[in-house]
Amino acid sequence: MDKHDGGDTGEVRFDDPWYDALASGWGELDGTGALAPTVPAARSEHEGRTGGAAHVYLEVQRSAAFREVRARYRRFVIPAVAVFFPWYVGYVVTATTAPGFMARPVAGAVNVALLAGLGQFLTTFLFAWAYARHARLRRDRAALELRWDTQEMTRNARGGER
Amino acid sequence: MSGHHQTLALLLFSAFVAVTLAITTWVSRNRHGSAEEFYAGGRLFSPMENGFALSGDYMSAASFLGVTGLISLYGYDGLLYAVGFLVAWLVVLFLVAELVRNCGRFTLADVVAARMDERPVRIAAGTSSVVVSVLYLVAQMVGAGSLVSLLLGGTSDAARNWTVIGVGALMVIYVSMGGMRATTWIQIVKAVLLIGGAVVLTVLVLMRFHGDINDLLRSAARRSGHGTAFLAPGLKYGGDWTARFDFMSLGLALVLGTAGLPHILSRFYTVPTARAARRSVVWSIGLIGGFYLMTIVLGFGAAAVVGPEAVRGSNAAGNTAVPLLALDLGGGADSTGGTVLFAVVAAIAFATILAVVAGVTLASSAAVAHDLYASLRRRRAKPHGEVAVARVASVGIGVIAIALGLLARDLNVAFLVGLAFAVAASANLPVLLYSLFWRSFTTRGAVWAVYGGLVPSLLLVLLSPVVSGSPESLFPGVDFQYFPLQNPGLVSIPLGFLVGWLGTVTSSEPPDEAKHAEIEVRALTGAGAV
Repeated sequence: MDKHDGGDTGEVRFDDPWYDALASGWGELDGTGALAPTVPAARSEHEGRTGGAAHVYLEVQRSAAFREVRARYRRFVIPAVAVFFPWYVGYVVTATTAPGFMARPVAGAVNVALLAGLGQFLTTFLFAWAYARHARLRRDRAALELRWDTQEMTRNARGGER
Repeated sequence: MSGHHQTLALLLFSAFVAVTLAITTWVSRNRHGSAEEFYAGGRLFSPMENGFALSGDYMSAASFLGVTGLISLYGYDGLLYAVGFLVAWLVVLFLVAELVRNCGRFTLADVVAARMDERPVRIAAGTSSVVVSVLYLVAQMVGAGSLVSLLLGGTSDAARNWTVIGVGALMVIYVSMGGMRATTWIQIVKAVLLIGGAVVLTVLVLMRFHGDINDLLRSAARRSGHGTAFLAPGLKYGGDWTARFDFMSLGLALVLGTAGLPHILSRFYTVPTARAARRSVVWSIGLIGGFYLMTIVLGFGAAAVVGPEAVRGSNAAGNTAVPLLALDLGGGADSTGGTVLFAVVAAIAFATILAVVAGVTLASSAAVAHDLYASLRRRRAKPHGEVAVARVASVGIGVIAIALGLLARDLNVAFLVGLAFAVAASANLPVLLYSLFWRSFTTRGAVWAVYGGLVPSLLLVLLSPVVSGSPESLFPGVDFQYFPLQNPGLVSIPLGFLVGWLGTVTSSEPPDEAKHAEIEVRALTGAGAV
């Protein structure tokens, strides 16, 4: 996992301009952010305008580009949850209802229960690795482009209010 | 066992306290005192730093002391905790981390309130966050208490109580002085210490058995007096169906609770992007997985080397198995090695408790100030008081946690954490998932989902054998036990989801399409994220 992550590091700064943008602009935001922290950003944006920016999000949601990003996310996450969650629940239920089966020796002192437990560890590592890889290769770039476009559209819809 | 290892442990622990206080002072030297700074540490931590901090926040005294203790006493049934604690991170990684980072600002309530009528939702989510945090804090306080009574020999009540009070006071100082930035660095230091300590002990255990895991397992089974049954499930949660359902309940709570823990959720706001949040979760899965694999070795090691009788003799719930193991691995009570190793492990466990307590306190004070106070205060009050309110709230929460910690001191730490997870999974997770993924979720559904999980889970705990009706309960003298399970998760988690659904379908307001579009676009792209 770490190896994968290390390989990732160099790339991030490269195609993730937000990383730097945030860093440089933060000091100023900080000063103003302190004065109105009681409402989250999304809400306070809403108060002033009803049409413009809200419409932008609906428009983006219907766009083909966004639907593609959403579909890619769902195509990974839904099957993955459908596998790991029943696998975990099945493990817990088997451990409680069929201790005899779980106690069956496999090799030496190692029995089915220990193998199943280690199997849970292993699948968790594999799923985490696969998800991170999928998101990095299949989703990140498209999502980032959508982010800039959406923010651009919101800014225009708001008419340079900010 | 005379004063040597106690003095050394106290010295090491004082050194840790000194270092962390120095960190707190250093990072807060030119603080703006803004909410961004206080709750999110400026949002500029790197994924690796945040990954260490996440695992530091998560690997609590419950894991290090409680899980190893349970394994040493009950064998395989303790191991099931470790599995649940780890698998839970897949829920966080897949469904929560990135989306929450993109939609929220400081707390869980931010995510929900972005779509809903703000006031009632914020009050509901804020309340449940505080309740979960306080339960979690109590577990850590109990861990601190049992550790110190071992350290100071005997079971001096006064020493134990003063430790709990001292830990509470320190955590208030960390949080109110240093905010998220100091808390994060403390977590990182602590995670490194804890993993380092676990590696050393694991290597020593494996060396003792010449690297032969088979031998380790066999010795543990033989020494336990249960034979091979020790290596299979059923010792603690076998037998009658109540115990079995209790275990399923716990398993469900563990895997679903993590994604609803306020102090874990607030960690995602300390990194700049959703992508960084994802990578910090991947880091923490690696670290936490490695750590739990080691706790399994340590737990069986404690059973094989120390023996369950000695563990139980020191602390009935098993919370002191690891320090005892360290004492033995170093060469026994009278040797220098044993003394040093014992002291180091005790100091690390202390550091663990302090750091986790600081993280949880910060999250709950954020819920009080950012959600509850901001929604309930009078309009004329000055908004810049929020951080000040958070500081005061951390003191209040500290006092409550100390009081409950003194009351609950004889319960197993891992078990107490299981309760906190059950409440988190019942009250926080349904509302969070519905808000992120369900198009027609409404304000009423959100409020119902929170209270529909929170109230039943707390009520079921009150009516459970934990509180009354059995010799081990908090009030053994009285009996108002009507619910058989110790962990309410099996009932209260589905109830939270069900009531949230019910509130939504019966609500008269139409779901807001535009706001759902906004949440969905923001969650998946990061547009407009702070």
